[in-house]
Amino acid sequence: MDFRLTEDQRDLRAGIRDLLAGRYGREALRESVRASESSGVASSGAVSSGVVSSGAVVDRRLWRELGEAGFFSLRLPESEGGVGLGLPEAVLVFEEAGRALLPGPLVATHLAAGAVPGAASGSAVVTAFDLGGPLVAYLGEADAVLGAEGLPAGEPVRSVDPLTPLWRSSGVLPSGYREAGALLTAALQLGSALRTVELAVRYAGEREQFGQPIGGFQAVKHLCARMLVRAEVARTAVYAAAVTGDAAEIAAAKLLADEAAVRGARDCLQVHGGMGFTWEADVHLHLKRAWVRAEQWHTAPEAEELLAARLGAEAEEEAVAEAEAAAMG
Amino acid sequence: MDLAHTEEEQEFRARLRAWLAKVLPELPARPSPDDWPGRRAYDLGWQRRLYDAGYAGLHWPVDAGGRGATPTQHLIFLEETERAGAPYVGANFVGLLHAGPTIAAEGTAEQRARWLPPVLRGEEVWCQGFSEPGAGSDLAALRTKAVRDGDAYVVTGSKIWTSHAEVADWCELLVRTDPAAPKHKGISWLAMPMDAPGVTVRPLRTLAGSAEFAEVFLDEVRVPVANRVGAENDGWRVTMVTLSFERGTAFVGEVVACRRTLGALARAAKANGRWDDPVLRRRLGRLYGEFGALWRLTQWNVSEAQGSGGVPGVGGSVFKLAYSHARQELYDAAAEVLGAGALSLEEEWTLERLSSLSYTIAAGTSQIQRNIVAERILGLPKGR
Ligand SMILES: Cc1cc2nc3c(=O)[nH]c(=O)nc-3n(C[C@H](O)[C@H](O)[C@H](O)COP(=O)(O)OP(=O)(O)OC[C@H]3O[C@@H](n4cnc5c(N)ncnc54)[C@H](O)[C@@H]3O)c2cc1C
Repeated sequence: MDFRLTEDQRDLRAGIRDLLAGRYGREALRESVRASESSGVASSGAVSSGVVSSGAVVDRRLWRELGEAGFFSLRLPESEGGVGLGLPEAVLVFEEAGRALLPGPLVATHLAAGAVPGAASGSAVVTAFDLGGPLVAYLGEADAVLGAEGLPAGEPVRSVDPLTPLWRSSGVLPSGYREAGALLTAALQLGSALRTVELAVRYAGEREQFGQPIGGFQAVKHLCARMLVRAEVARTAVYAAAVTGDAAEIAAAKLLADEAAVRGARDCLQVHGGMGFTWEADVHLHLKRAWVRAEQWHTAPEAEELLAARLGAEAEEEAVAEAEAAAMG
Repeated sequence: MDLAHTEEEQEFRARLRAWLAKVLPELPARPSPDDWPGRRAYDLGWQRRLYDAGYAGLHWPVDAGGRGATPTQHLIFLEETERAGAPYVGANFVGLLHAGPTIAAEGTAEQRARWLPPVLRGEEVWCQGFSEPGAGSDLAALRTKAVRDGDAYVVTGSKIWTSHAEVADWCELLVRTDPAAPKHKGISWLAMPMDAPGVTVRPLRTLAGSAEFAEVFLDEVRVPVANRVGAENDGWRVTMVTLSFERGTAFVGEVVACRRTLGALARAAKANGRWDDPVLRRRLGRLYGEFGALWRLTQWNVSEAQGSGGVPGVGGSVFKLAYSHARQELYDAAAEVLGAGALSLEEEWTLERLSSLSYTIAAGTSQIQRNIVAERILGLPKGR
């Protein structure tokens, strides 16, 4: 057993981190927020325009570059033009995308690789009915919906997250995708959670009050420490679930990563004080995206029920085994 | 990221499992929690069996009498013994996980030869005399003084919260050897015989009703200078080695035990109908997920330690914070399963619930652990 990342895995992660730092740094992130507002998909209150025509948030050129880098075809066998890697590598790559707050239906397009033409190469944008209800993200700019014939009609809805345009439509998630979808979404949450720890720690080291950096105050320190503990527990849960592919471990990973991301962003906001409540700081972007992802694939109640069912089944097996042992002895 | 075990590790597990299946039925009945001499004999007897079978000091270095096993093998050992319901380290805790590793790392050849074999063979019990009435979280503020007199130190002061003091043969004792030096610089680490004249042990009752720990009064106790481990006034550094062992590996077996408890909780909840309450059911489901993740975190830390030569890192603080909280949640959930039954001390889970309250205090409180995480991992400014 050696749970640590291999050299190749570390290189892969560093590669995608460099690519995203170059192509989707803070400037690009804020530019997409501005673009989404002018196209009217955002919900910033001030921009409550009715006509939502294009609403494009996905940068098609970047999408194709991601395709070329193997982001979508990562788990496709080499014989089918893919990279031939597995879930452990995929979670590392998605963790980086989560850290960068990269918008777009990354998980659905990745899952569609090999099934929907153009998904693997990043020439197609594929979304999915992963929100469990009438809402679906990115419908207006999607070329396909996972498992659906043609594009369903939809009504735009003002979205809480400026970078996740939402549409009211109807459709269902085809079976067979939920587990991988939940795990990769958990990896996005993990990246966001780790990023909010960094943002909080950096701000706490810079901002001074009462003649000292606020990071010297224990109340602030302990918020940061709690953020890290949640993120590190989520990290091992996500990585282990990627290795075992076990349904219950995936549910636990999603549950813990959702919590690490949502609560991490909340604590990060608190550390930033009034600055944290502004549109200008990135904190709200992490929080809003984390809220969206928490509703995708596996919600907390679903994950908890799934885990309870596994616990209950295991407990009954043990009871039977004990009864048999007693009968024999 | 490899969670599979090597062939060697699998063989190790199989051999251990077979051995446990053979010896566990031969064990005497467990003594009652209040029978201290009985507990000592029981715990030492188990250690002796481990020694005879070649499982004692598994993770200790070979030149200290250990087996030089990899951290992964040690993990398998803790997992299998717990799963089979084998006795816990009990009174051997300080000797095996604390004082022993410290002596192995910092002691002279004579000191290792004197103290390590009896720990491995299950002949001597150690306790830890660190905390004092005036020095808890701020351990370096300790005041028990040791004055050199010929080839001995004359030690005077008092220790508190000393677990297993009543049945211990030796105490790993922190004393102040230089009152003029800055507080971290004047401390030494001594091995003190508990039967030395001038040592008085007064048991303290815990909120669970039992006497798990004690006050230890020291009145001009003579401890040979030869019993000092490490240089004079270098005891703080020696202590830090000891504490990293404590936080790194001490709770591994307990995570396995908690997962078993969860299974028993689910069975009890199904039997009494509370499983049908979705709030409780989801709570248990979440705990199941959390303890699974904590087990993975353990494997992560062990893999990291394996890569860095065996000394556990600060990752132990992250683990301890998450684990101590989860353990308290577990027994609160148990109380919800039991309902009013949780008020009865005849329920094992009620006693466990009481004892779980110490987890966020002993071995460094959660607040102190958060300071460590914030300052040493995240690099935030040090507090005054
Ligand atoms: C069951 C049990 C067994 C033990 N066994 C042993 C043993 O065998 N040997 C031994 O030497 N000791 C032992 N201890 C002692 C244990 O290590 C101490 O209790 C612990 O370190 C806390 O010290 P204290 O009790 O003096 O609390 P204090 O240090 O007085 O702390 C009281 C409160 O103040 C908080 N606090 C203190 N300093 C700070 C700070 N800088 N920042 C924020 N908050 C702070 C603490 O977190 C805590 O909430 C045991 C304790 C228990 C409960």
